Formats: sequence, structure tokens, C-alpha cells
Amino acid sequence: MSTDSSAISTQKTVIEFKSSTFVVPAIIIHSADLTQIGDSINHKIKQTPEFFKNSPVLIDIQNLSTKQVSLNLASLLKLIRATTLIPIALRGGTAEQNQLALKSGLFIQSLQATLDADKSLQAIPTMQHTVSAVIITDTAHSPIRTDRRKVKSSAAISKIVTSPVRSGQRLYSEGDLIIMAHVSAGAEIMAEGNIHVYGSLRGRALAGVMGKTESRIFCTDCQAELISIAGNYKVTDDLDPTMQHKPVQIYLQDQALIIKEL
Amino acid sequence: MARIIVVTSGKGGVGKTTTSAAISMGLAKKGHKTAVIDFDVGLRNLDLIMGCERRVIYDLVNVINNEASLNQALIKDKRCDKLYILPASQTRDKDALTLEGVGKILEALSEDFEYIICDSPAGIEKGAHLAMYFADDAFVVTNPEVASVRDSDRMLGILASKSRRAENNEEPIREYLLLSRYSPERVKLGEMLSVEDVQEILSLNLLGVIPESKSVLNASNAGTPVILDEKSDAGQAYADIIDRYLGVNKPHRFIEEEKKGLFNKLFRGK
Ligand SMILES: Nc1ncnc2c1ncn2[C@@H]1O[C@H](COP(=O)(O)OP(=O)(O)OP(=O)(O)O)[C@@H](O)[C@H]1O
Ligand SMILES: [Mg+2]
Repeated sequence: MSTDSSAISTQKTVIEFKSSTFVVPAIIIHSADLTQIGDSINHKIKQTPEFFKNSPVLIDIQNLSTKQVSLNLASLLKLIRATTLIPIALRGGTAEQNQLALKSGLFIQSLQATLDADKSLQAIPTMQHTVSAVIITDTAHSPIRTDRRKVKSSAAISKIVTSPVRSGQRLYSEGDLIIMAHVSAGAEIMAEGNIHVYGSLRGRALAGVMGKTESRIFCTDCQAELISIAGNYKVTDDLDPTMQHKPVQIYLQDQALIIKEL
Repeated sequence: MARIIVVTSGKGGVGKTTTSAAISMGLAKKGHKTAVIDFDVGLRNLDLIMGCERRVIYDLVNVINNEASLNQALIKDKRCDKLYILPASQTRDKDALTLEGVGKILEALSEDFEYIICDSPAGIEKGAHLAMYFADDAFVVTNPEVASVRDSDRMLGILASKSRRAENNEEPIREYLLLSRYSPERVKLGEMLSVEDVQEILSLNLLGVIPESKSVLNASNAGTPVILDEKSDAGQAYADIIDRYLGVNKPHRFIEEEKKGLFNKLFRGK
């Protein structure tokens, strides 16, 4: 045994296992009608083709399962694979459907894990996010509400907000998010691009939520509950206390969040 | 068209009903035809503070269920003929209120009232939502303590996203802060948040500071809105609030500790 391990340790590294985070859009299925599903997916892809090119997706069929609507998963997979999307995981299926998904090379995302992740990180934005310019919802009461204004092009749209973001509110921008007021404790702001807060940031700020690691967060008074860039996050307790109440920028360097005074 | 004002807070017991009674009387005394509606179904409180509890026959839920007309349910105030009260039911459960029913009542009232005051129940559930949904203005009543400020912030988020104005993408509800039960002495002792502390968290248009005052309890025991007690500090604070709301520029009062009179000084120096 000991010789074995020493033999390995002297060898050149061939593979390495490292934990990593990445963000996958979820496609939430509300109907078992495959033609309808096909049409809606193609419609979405047409709106932002670049975005959906070879994009991995998680398939969420929890809605159907709870309503006990049966869905032909095999056909659904076939249908999705015929688009530019790559299904990689299933969520909320029945035992039978999970079996089939595993056989087809998908992994099973457990609902509990998802709930936890959603709570702590919003790690898996739903596909609905991708067509909405901005979302404001009340976390305690309703799921993300989408603004169905049609996105003109695939270019990211930045969003400017001039009023305070209150506790319980959530804001989402497909591009940069610029807040010209404070962000209360218990509020959550998310952007696919950068986040700027010209005021106190007391809530949660998540930049680069679709995986853009070069995104940054800027704020004039940092008291954040949580900051995250492309899924790499820190909560208040992990934040350098000397950076509290200071104007800072936050960026990602070698997978580590760097907080620097401006 | 009436202007609909919701008096709201999130947290309970901060002074919403006291405020609703005072400002509805204040606006009516200025000559504006005003209706005040109690949305606290199941608790019924406003009629006591307005001193008309014995005259309640029909209530908000009766009108919604078409068991009484609006005119039958509205109680005309005995002190001011511009003021009408629409009481809540003490017996019915909260589910009796519907968005459609409330909408209809507000629409009907809008035709001949200038101001409609909605006294919201505590919390952020259905009753509070119905009270704020149709509002044009929100008077956010907050006490200078952390829990109350946090709940107000949450309520402001709901006002900004779940009201009719928000849902129709109209000009947002105008939000005003009413900082109530304020005690400069206790702020000085560090037992209460100061106006600045609260404003740092909420950043709202401050309509007025209402001091902690014995006159409020006396007034509510007597069934008189405290604004009618013109000598009292709380009464004056509400009178200022009405003036500021109607566009008169008045400096804020009741924020600093009152100068002690000679009498107090003598006893303090001991
Ligand atoms: N400025 C004040 N000074 C002293 N006491 C006050 C003041 N304002 C309100 N109170 C007292 O606080 C208590 C609660 O007031 P009120 O009923 O107006 O609050 P509320 O927000 O309507 O409560 P609820 O959430 O239960 O409807 C009452 O006993 C009232 O007399
Ligand atoms: Mg009340």
C-alpha cells in the first residue's frame, strides 16, 4: 500500500479532481405536449441564437410530476437534442424517468439540492431569465416573474435602476445592472454582466450569473450579505471586515474573489 | 377622481390606525371630502378610535357581498361632515375580502370623494395586499426600532412591485415616511434609532415625526382622533403632516429633546 501511494505521488499528474462551479440554464416544462414544447424552444432559440448555441440545459419536469401528467421523456430528449441545446441533467422526474435519464447519460439533480442551492446562491437561473430584461419579484410569494418584452437582439441590455431595491425584492439584468440607490438587506440583485451600486449595498449581489467570470461588482459602500461572481461567492462572515463601509470593487482572480478598495 | 392613500407598515401595533384616524380627520377638516376604510377584517378597530362603534350596522364585507349598499355602510362623522367611515367586520374571516370587491368599492368612492384612506392590517398577507393594491400614495408608519424599520422596507418592496401601479407599469406609488412613537430622550440613551438611522436604511420622503405621547391613548379612549386635540404634541405632529402632504412647507418638529423648563431643571439638578 505505502509503496503504491509513493509511486503515485512521484508520478506526473495525469488527472486532477477539483471542485468547480458552473451555471446551467434550466428549462422548465409546463406541458406534456411535445409539439408545443418543440415550438416554444425553437421560438426561444430564435430570439437569442448565440446564447443557446451548444448550451447545456437542465430539464425540470417537476411541474408535470406534481400534477401527475405523464410525459414521454425519451421523445422529449430526442426533441431537445435535435436543437442546439445539450440536455445534461433531469430534475423532478419520477423514479422511472430518472432511470431512463441515467441510461441516456444525464445526471439527476435532486430537488432538495436544488432548493438549497437556489436559496443560497441562485446557482441555476431558469431559462425564463434569458428572455427577460428585468425581473422584480417578491421572493417569499412568487417565483420569478418575467417581463416578456421581446429582446431586440442578442446583445446584452444593461438596466439602470434609480430607486432603492427593498428587502424581498429581486432584480435581474441580462447585461449590466446599475443601481443608483441603496440595496437593502434581504434584497437580491443579479446580473449576467457587471453590477454597480451607487449607494449602500446591504443585500446580495450576484454578477456574472450565467458564468461570465470577468464580471465585476462595484459599490460605493459595501455591507453586502453575499457577493458572487460566476457562482463563486462569499457571505458576510467571509468578507474582510476592513472592507466594510468602503467603496470597493470585487472581481475574480484564479477562482478567488478579490475585494479591493477603490 | 379621489387620491387613494394606504396607511401601512408591515409590523403590527406601530400606529397605523391612530394615523388613519388622524389624517382622515385632518384632511376632512381642511374641507376635503374624505372616506376612511378599515381593512383589518376580524379585528375592527378604527370605529373605536373614531368613536362611532355604536353606529356600525353594515361593513366592508357586507358591501362586497352585495348585502348592503355603500351608502348604507358609510358612517358620517358627527364632528366633521366631510368625513365618512367604512368599518370592517369583526366577525367575518379574512377570505371575505376580494381584489375585485375592493376595486369596485374604491371605484365607486372615487366618484365623490377627494381622499380615500385605507387603514391596512399588519403583516404582508392578503389583507395588507388588498389595502395597498389600488393606492396612489403610501404612508409608511414606522417606529424607531430595527424590526419595524425592516418590515417597512419589506413593505416598500411590495409597494414597488405588487401594486396596481407597478403591475400596469404606471408611475409608482408615492411613498412617505411617518416616524411614530419617537422619543428623543430614548434616542439619546441609545434605546431607539434616530431619524437619521432610520433614513439611512429607508431613504424616504419624511412626512413627519410623531412623538411618543400620552395624548394618543387618551384620545383613543375617548374615541376622538388625536388630531382634534390641538394642544397635544401628537395632535400637532399630525396637523403638520397634513400641511406637508398638502404642499405647505413646514419645518420638522419633535426630533430634538424639548428644552427643560425651570421646574424640571430644579428637580434634575438634585
Ligand atoms: N404616538 C404615539 N404615542 C403613544 N402611543 C401610541 C402612539 N401611536 C400609537 N400608540 C399606541 O400604540 C398602540 C397601537 O396603535 P395602533 O392601533 O394605531 O397601531 P396599528 O399599527 O394600527 O396596530 P395593528 O397593526 O394592530 O393594526 C395603541 O395602543 C396606541 O394607543
Ligand atoms: Mg390597526
